[in-house]
Parts: sequence; structure tokens; C-alpha cells
Amino acid sequence: MVKTSHSGKSRYRTEKIIRITFFCISLASIATLALITIFLFMEGLPIFKEVSVMDFVFGKYWYPTDEPPDFGIFPLIVGSLCVTGVSSVISIPLGVLTALYLAETATAGVRQWVKPVVELMAALPSVVIGFFGMVIIAPFLQEVFDIDTGLNLFNASLMLAFMSIPTICSLSEDAIFSVPTELKEASLALGATKWETIARVILPASLSGIITAIILGMSRAIGETMVVLMVAGGAAIVPISLFDPVRPMPASIAAEMAEAPFRGDHYHALFATAVVLFLFTLLFNLAADHISHKYKQVGASTL
Amino acid sequence: MFKNSNSIQGRRKLLQYIMFGFFRMSAAINGIALLTIFYFLVARGWRAITWTFLTQPPMDSMTKGGILPCIVGTVCLSLGAIIVAIPIGVASAIYLNEYAFQGRILRIIRLGINNLAGVPSIVFGLFGLAFFVVYLKMGVSILAGALTLGVLTLPVIIGATEEALRSVPDTYREASLGLGATKWQTIYRVVLPAALPGILTGGILGLSRAAGETAPIMFTAAAFFTPSLPSSVFDEVMALPYHIYVLATAGTEIEATRHLQYGTSLVLIALVLGLNLMAIIYRARLQKQR
Repeated sequence: MVKTSHSGKSRYRTEKIIRITFFCISLASIATLALITIFLFMEGLPIFKEVSVMDFVFGKYWYPTDEPPDFGIFPLIVGSLCVTGVSSVISIPLGVLTALYLAETATAGVRQWVKPVVELMAALPSVVIGFFGMVIIAPFLQEVFDIDTGLNLFNASLMLAFMSIPTICSLSEDAIFSVPTELKEASLALGATKWETIARVILPASLSGIITAIILGMSRAIGETMVVLMVAGGAAIVPISLFDPVRPMPASIAAEMAEAPFRGDHYHALFATAVVLFLFTLLFNLAADHISHKYKQVGASTL
Repeated sequence: MFKNSNSIQGRRKLLQYIMFGFFRMSAAINGIALLTIFYFLVARGWRAITWTFLTQPPMDSMTKGGILPCIVGTVCLSLGAIIVAIPIGVASAIYLNEYAFQGRILRIIRLGINNLAGVPSIVFGLFGLAFFVVYLKMGVSILAGALTLGVLTLPVIIGATEEALRSVPDTYREASLGLGATKWQTIYRVVLPAALPGILTGGILGLSRAAGETAPIMFTAAAFFTPSLPSSVFDEVMALPYHIYVLATAGTEIEATRHLQYGTSLVLIALVLGLNLMAIIYRARLQKQR
């Protein structure tokens, strides 16, 4: 009797140790995120001894290898925002409408085919999409629109849209799917058509989820590297037309890091650019998190 | 009155018809885009795929020969990545799903995972360079690349494992606990075996994600050219995605090596999509069993 209670105690202790171990491991993600932040800032901040934060962020000229060099990433930021903006004009309608199709109107047989299409879109490596944009889409655009180069803002946006559609689509579909059927049935029973039910009941009820999906899709687009590195054209200018070449932040970092002298000004400037990029995506992700928690779908109460 | 109501009904029907047409069209556009990419890569790439291509290193400053070192490099890097990510990812998911109580700490951990999933791949690359390559003095190596990719796939593994754990019915846990098993015994003997197929699916998806990434390995593991295969984890390696990028943008003869670029893309796609299809089919079969 005494013995069992003793072994019960040691069992309890083992359990406690196991639980604490798992807890510590689960902190790994946060620890990594913290390390990423620390090391980006550590390698990025020294550039601000050379240029002020304002001159860095709003400086119009990015000539990091000139003598004296210019470290103004404004054209890079604008480039990133432009490709993200234009790509979302394409990806938001396509992603959300496909999600509605999958969740509401597709028959089981069609769904079975469309769903893997979206999953495979998400699985295609970015370098392959960039390569496709370079060798197929660029010559095509050049010919059709009679422009100097097919490697430009528009091409990059098309490819980025292709990459963010799966994110937007599958997350929206989850949101639409989780709308309680009672709401739908009530609307149909009142005589609304299926489309009216979707537009007036299902969309409002899943709006927060869809917006979260859109923000995450845009976050994916702004951080995507290989596509903009290969098809955006690479000119560090503020674009005037849809067919101007641009140099978004990730492209600049990826293209120049290999040549930048170790811990020179250029190296630090690229890390500082990464900090700006990181802050942008952090902002997007925190916004998505905030929306999905604050306006959490709790069935009927959302309406 | 009757007629009027009929025409309104007709208009409502028409509107629905048009809108559903848009839905169908969007889905079709996605499918067409995917098929177009496949079509061009396969049509222009399949001739490049020969036995020599798959089993020889590149020759004549990468204008001829094969891609064996790239295949080996990619396999090493992605396997290394999930060896790092699976233990940490599965353990994290177990804590989150089995032990943690709803509350502020859980919320913060989840926020961390979501944000880690959203970090741009190039930022992972710079982090890998600053932390693994420089600070921990690993140099440009398989080890540094695999660790960087491992961190990147961590959220994928955690997500998949959590989903697998959630799908194990609570009655399993209650039965085991009711028989006097401890929490850990229940997890280890009951929950994990039931969730294993789902966890494996997640592992496969993580593997395919790691195999396709370019930016994180650019400064941490990838070599422009190495004729020999890696002999230790401290070697630089060639990798399929990086090889495509190099041939397409910085090779000595970009136009002359197009067929090699298509061929390499096709091999990478076959690898990545093969893994994904495996996961999709496996999961579909699991869902049918339930």
C-alpha cells in the first residue's frame, strides 16, 4: 500500500518532467523568431551610422556600389508594394471566388479535381514559377504589348498572384465552410436563392476569415523572393507604368548579398532592408491574427 | 402581379446563373494556369531527361552533362531539414494540443508560430547566414542549410501534427486514462499511434517544401558548382532550385543551356509534386477509412 503511493509520487514527478520538457520545446518557435529579429537588427543597424533612418527609408537612390554609395531604399519599398498591390488585384477575386465555388457550388466530383489543383499550385517551387515567367511569359508580353522588356512589374505580379491564390483560396474556403448550416438553411427557407444566401448570409458571416486569408496571401506575395528576383526586371526606380521594371526588396537582397563585402556598408544596408521587409510581413501577420481573433467566427452571433 | 413576380424571379435566377458562372470561371482559370505551366515545362523539358542527365555531374562549365550533384544536394538538405524539424515540431504540437490550457501563454506561442510561418524566405536566408554560417561558424555547408530549412519547415510540421492530434477522438484518451494510464502513457501508446499517419503526411509535405526553397540556401549551403558529391555535412552542395536559378540568370551561356534549365525544372517539379501527390493520396485514403 505504502509502496504504491510511493510509486504514484514518482510517476507524478516523471509526468511533470515530461510536461515541462514539452513546454520548453514548444518555445522553440518563439525563440527562433526572437533570434531572427536579434540577428537581423544586429547586422542591419550599423548602416544607420552612415545614413539616417529617414534617408534610408525615403532616399530615392539605391546605388550601393557607387563612390560615394547611395543607400535609399524608397524605390525598393515602392517596388515591393506595387507588385503586391497589382498581384492582389488578380489574386483576391480569383482566390475568393474559387473558394466559394469549392465550398458552395461545386459538385463532389468536380471538387475532387479542383482541390488538388489548388494544392499543387501551392506546392510548385517558387524558382520554377520564376523560371516560367522568365522564359514563357516575358517573351509573350514583350510581343503582345510591344514593350522593351517582358521582365517587369506586370509579369512579376502575375506570377505572384499565382503563388498567393492557393493561400487565399484554401484559408477562405475554411472560413466559408465553417459558417453554420443553420444560417444557410434559414436563408434558403425564407425563399432566398442560393446566390442571395451566399452574398447576404455566408459572405458576411465569413468575412473576417476571408480578410485574414487575403492579408496572409498578400504577406506571402510581399515576401516572395525568387519570382521577383527573376522576373521583376531589377531596375531600382519608382515605376510609372505597369510595364516598368522594378526591384522589390527581396530581389535586391538576394541579388546583391553574394557580392557585398562582408560586414561592409552594403552588407549592413541589405540586412537593414531585410529588417524593413520583416517588419512589413510582421505587420501583415499581426493584422491577420488580430482580425481573426477579434472577429472570431462564433456561429450565429456574428450576424 | 403574377407576371411581375415571375420576371423578378427570372432576374434573380439569372443573377445567380451569372455569379455561379464567375465562380466556375475562376476555378477554371486556376486549372488552366497550372496546366499551362506543366505543359511548357514537360513539352520542352522531357527531351533533356536522359540517364546521363540524371547520373552525371555538369560538364564544360555547366553547358553539358547532368545534375547528379544537385539531386544529391537537394536530398541531403531536405532530409536534414526534416530531421531537425520533426522532433521539435511534433513535440511542440503535442504540448499545444495535449498539455496546454487555453490562455495567454498558448496564445503567445501560437502567435510565434504564425509569425514564423510568415517570415519571408529571403529573411530566413539572411538569418541563416548571420546565425548559423557566421555566428556559429558552420560556414557555408549542408549543416547550415539544413538547419535554416528546418526552421522554415517547423510551422508546416507543427500545423500538420496538431491537425493529426486533433483528429484523434477524445474517447481514446478517456479510455486510456480511465484504465489508469498516465497522461504521457496515453499520449505515447494511444494518441501518437493513432495520429501517426497524419504526422507522416505532414513530414512529407515539409520535405517537399524544403526541397523546393531557393532563397534560404543561397547564402547558407548552395554552391555555384562542385563536381564531386558531398563527403561531410560541412561541405557546400549544389541544389536543384539554385541550379535552375544559376543556369537561367548567371550561366555562361543562358540561351544554349535552356534545355538543361527545363530539364532541371522538370526533375525538381517531379520530386516536389511526387511528394505532394503521395501526401494527398495518402490523406484521401485515410479520410475514407474513417
